[in-house]
Order: sequence, then C-alpha cells, then structure tokens
Amino acid sequence: MGELRLMKGNEAFAEACIRAGVDAYFGYPITPQSEVIEYLMAAKPYETTGMVVLQAESEIASINMCYGAAGAGFLPATSSSSPGISLKMEGISYMAGAELPLIILNVVRGGPGLGDIQPAQSDYFQATKGGGHGDYRLYVLAPSSVQEMSDFVLIAKEIAFKYRNPVMILSDGVIGQMMEKVELFDPIPRRTIEEVEKQCPWATTGKKPNRQRNIITSLDLDPYRQEKHVLKLYEKYKRMEQEDVRYEEIQVSDAEYLLVAYGSSARICQKTVDLARVEGIKLGLLRAITLFPFPGKRIAELAKQVKGILAVEMSTGQLVEDVKLSVNCSVPVYHFGRTGGVIHTPTEVLDAVKNLLMK
Amino acid sequence: MDIKDIIKPENLVYRRTPLLTDKPLSYCPGCGHGTIHRIIMEVIEEMNIQDKTIGIAPVGCSVLAYEFMDIDMQQAAHGRATALATAIKRLLPDRFVFTYQGDGDLAAIGTAETIHACNRGENFIIFFVNNGIYGMTGGQMAPTTLPGMKASTCPFGRDTKIMGNPLKITELVAQLPGTYYVTRQAVHTPNAVRKAKKAVRNAFEYSKLNKGLCFIEFVSNCNSGWKMNAVQANKWMEENMFPFYPLGDIKVPQPEKV
Ligand SMILES: Cc1ncc(C[n+]2csc(CCOP(=O)(O)OP(=O)(O)O)c2C)c(N)n1
Ligand code: SF4
Repeated sequence: MGELRLMKGNEAFAEACIRAGVDAYFGYPITPQSEVIEYLMAAKPYETTGMVVLQAESEIASINMCYGAAGAGFLPATSSSSPGISLKMEGISYMAGAELPLIILNVVRGGPGLGDIQPAQSDYFQATKGGGHGDYRLYVLAPSSVQEMSDFVLIAKEIAFKYRNPVMILSDGVIGQMMEKVELFDPIPRRTIEEVEKQCPWATTGKKPNRQRNIITSLDLDPYRQEKHVLKLYEKYKRMEQEDVRYEEIQVSDAEYLLVAYGSSARICQKTVDLARVEGIKLGLLRAITLFPFPGKRIAELAKQVKGILAVEMSTGQLVEDVKLSVNCSVPVYHFGRTGGVIHTPTEVLDAVKNLLMK
Repeated sequence: MDIKDIIKPENLVYRRTPLLTDKPLSYCPGCGHGTIHRIIMEVIEEMNIQDKTIGIAPVGCSVLAYEFMDIDMQQAAHGRATALATAIKRLLPDRFVFTYQGDGDLAAIGTAETIHACNRGENFIIFFVNNGIYGMTGGQMAPTTLPGMKASTCPFGRDTKIMGNPLKITELVAQLPGTYYVTRQAVHTPNAVRKAKKAVRNAFEYSKLNKGLCFIEFVSNCNSGWKMNAVQANKWMEENMFPFYPLGDIKVPQPEKV
C-alpha cells in the first residue's frame, strides 16, 4: 500500500508529477489551480530529484518552455485554468506538430472570457477538437477524483512518450479544489541524461559526432511533405482509438436508460444512478475517462440495449455532440447540465432523466 | 603559376566552416543573415563545442537557420525562442544555448519573453538581428523601423505620432540586472565582421561563467524589404541605422567579474 495523504486535487497532481519523474514544470498562477505551482515551489523538487520548477511570465512563456524542454528529450508538465489554457493553445499546436511529449492540466472554470472561478466543463470542445490550429488531437484524460489526479499523471507520462504527443488532463474546479484521501504511488527516479538520449534519440541534447543533427520543428514548407506529416499524426490518433480508449461502466448490464458523463459530473451522476435504482428506474452510467479517444464504440453498443441516453455535463452541450455522433440516431440522445460555474445536483439530473429520457 | 601551386594550406585565407551545411542559403544575396550565421558557426567550431551547443531558430527570414547550422536546433513559435532556451539551459546547464531572432520576433511579439529571460539572468546567448523591417512577410513595419522609414504598412514613412517610436530594446535589456554582456555590432565590412566575431566569441566564453544573459544585436540590412540593391542597402544602413542604433559595447563585464 502506497503512502496515504489527505490532499487537494491540485496538490495530488503536483505531488504525482514529482513522483512520476517529470523533468520540469512551468506555470503561471490562475484560480482554481494555483496550488499546483505553490505546492511544487514549497516541495522544492529541484533539490531532490532535480526537477526544474519555474513560474514563467505568462502561460505563453510557460508552454513554450515546455516545448524547449520536451524538444531536448525531457518530460515537461504545465497547468492552468481555462483562460490560461486558451493562451497556451498556439504552443500546444506546435508541440503536437513537432511530436513532443507533454502533460497539461486544465482545471476548468466557468466561461467564456474571464468568466468566473467556479467549476465548469465548458472546455470540452477546446480539449478534444483542437483548440489550437491545425489537424491535431490531444490525448485527453478526465479524472473524477483526487486519486485520479495523481494516478492519471502516470498514464499521461506513458501515453505522452508512446505517441510522442501532448496529453491533457481535463479536470475542473471541483476535482482541483476538493480534498480526498489519496494513495500515492512510489517515486520513480528521473531519467539520467544518458537515459534521456537513449529513449529520445531525436532530442536536441547536443550533436554527437556519431549522429546527424537533431531538429525539432513543426515547419515543412513543402505541402506534399506536410500532408504526409499530418497523415502520420492522423495514424497516431487512429491508433489511440484502437489501443487506448478508457471508460468505466456503472450499473449498465441491465440498464434501460443510460447517462454519459465525465469528471465531476460523472461523480454526481453516480449518485443519480443510486437514487434512480431506489425508485426502480434501471439507470446506468458510462463514465468517459478518455475524451479523446472517445469511447464511442462502447456507447454505440449500449445504444442497442437502452431506450435513450442523457449526456450530463457542466456546459450547454459539448460532450453530447460526440455521444450523438457515436449512436448515429439509433436512440434519442438528450443533454442536461448546469453551466457558468453552477454544479447540477443528483436530483436535478434524476428529474432530467424522468422529464427527457422517460417521457 | 598553376592553380594547384596556389591551393596549399599556407595560402589558405578563407574557408567555409564545416559547421555550415551544404544547403544553399535561402537568404537574398547581400543579406546580413548569412554572414551572421557564418561567424556564429566559426566560433562554435573554434571552441570545439558543436556537441554541446543547442540553437533556437525564430520565425522570420531565419526560420530555417537549422537547415544551415550543423548543430542540434529547435524551431520556436514566433517570439518564443527565449522561453525554449530558458528550459533547455536549465535542464542541460553544461550546454551552450543560443537564440537567433529578428526584430519582429524579439522586440514585438516576443517582447515579454525577451525581457523576462534577460531579467531572470538566464545563462544563454541572444543573437538579435535588427534590420528594421519584417523581411519574411514582405517588408512590413517592425518595432525598430526608423522614424520616416518606409515599409509596406507605413508606405509614407513611419509617422511616430501614429505608429509610435522605434524601440531600442538593446539599451533596455542592458538596464536589467540579469544581462551580463550587451553589445551592438554589424557585419557590413570585413572590419565589422572581425569585431562582431570577437563579440560572438566573448558571448560564448562569458556564457561558461553562468553569470547571466549575453545579448548581441547585429544592426543588419534587408535589401529586399528596403527595396535597394545590396550596396545601397549597406550605405543606407551606415547613414541611417547606425546613428540611431550606434555600434559598440553597451554593457561589459567588469574585469574582476571575469
Ligand atoms: C503568431 C504569428 N504571427 C505572425 C506571423 C507572421 N510572421 C512571420 S515572420 C514575421 C516577422 C519577422 O520579422 P523579423 O523578426 O524582423 O525577422 P526578419 O524576417 O526580418 O529576419 C511575421 C509577422 C507568424 N508566423 N506567427
Ligand atoms: S527579405 Fe531581407 S532579411 Fe530576409 S533574406 Fe531577404 S534581405 Fe535578408
């Protein structure tokens, strides 16, 4: 059994970065995720693991610091909340183009614009459909507990190197701020420079006489070569869909109605399922853990068994579009959710089940 | 005398450093970028630090610098080269790291990154090529475009009342405690090239000391953007750019510090 601690989600993420052997963290304060950099600055991993921690002058600088670090073969992490993530988008697109590993945490707050500082899930489109420019995808993980704010750092690390692609952990103000018991995994040492060079022969660590120079770039002015490059990226995203979809099913085996949700909304929906079952309503929940790749195949299978699906998210309807695409009109799909920083309650969701799904 | 009798090591007065690749330069004939590339690569060769040096290319005419420089390089988003360099140098503190940036890249879109990297005293080198214009995108006004100077977005000349004043960013960064060595050079004559190369060497030597950022501005030309031939451009640069951007050292380490 690993070490147990009572922590905020943001702190669990920060501690997990140190323990996972992440090489560098670059960030900029914004509510509700500033605990990440505060925790790291207090923990001083640069004195123990050698992990670099730096408060940059902006989100733009911090994401580009991540680019430099990753281009040199290191694993960087950064975190922010919605407005700051928007600023990082250019850099994220560059990193996807240059095929660089990265862990990005978005502790989503209400928006658009400066919005508010309450939890929301309104950055789903930005995270899963692009956000930055160009033909790329992020691998997107949605934690729904403080435990997963820690555990998903390890998954993110593995995926970031497996595909040489940025991974986003799409959290929200609930998961970031709430305190729960966490079982921390044992620390994994950071790689030595020799290990970095062995794992990442493409990295810019200084050109040795026995190899060609290494170049990290997202530029290729020849459209035919650029097309080839984009198609190569596309193949990676297809592979993610084959090999790395993650989801959790709660009471679906006999379900007549299905909720689809992720993150803190899925936590709420779990309670709704319990309430419904007490009333004899056969309600189940599919919790998407990866938002890209989306567990659409599984949802399509479940669509054959249920009378209707309700996508429940803290937004006016973003996830619901992927659910609709997945079931391709085979069953009715509805949306329910509060937005702008308001969190729906389990009974509100149950009412929506009755009023929309069961009508 | 036969040509074979002349090609002897003792007669060698100039050779291309092998640290420049065989790829033909993409720069316009007469452009300063090529010469600046050469002296940087010559210094890296002379110091035998090819395996320890990492360069960052900007967005601008020198976006493809990595095609010409035979060292490990990264290509940054427009203006962000110093952010990349900050991370690389902190993770690989025994390497030499430099950025190579134009005036639009360094002093417009990347101003924040430039100033904060300088202010933090990051231990890398910034090579700043100031040609007073956006070369790559076709000659638009730059933050360093001189008052009255024409560019495609100030076709009647830069009117400082409307467009603001040119930014002397080199003087500005010299004020910051994090910069260790700040100098302004040019490469328009053999003598200037020699001086500039000495400054490049100084910057690499100083960067071993880990005492802060070394910043070299090259006042350069853009004959295409300025709509002149190469000779006219160099003359115009001497007559107009140098009075506004005077050459010479701006901040030199005190002897006891070195
Ligand atoms: C975010 C972004 N904005 C604008 C551009 C277009 N752009 C490319 S190069 C450039 C200006 C480069 O000028 P400078 O840095 O002075 O370099 P030069 O080409 O003169 O060497 C601009 C605006 C871009 N590539 N990216
Ligand atoms: S456009 Fe100007 S800066 Fe660019 S290569 Fe030509 S002369 Fe040089």
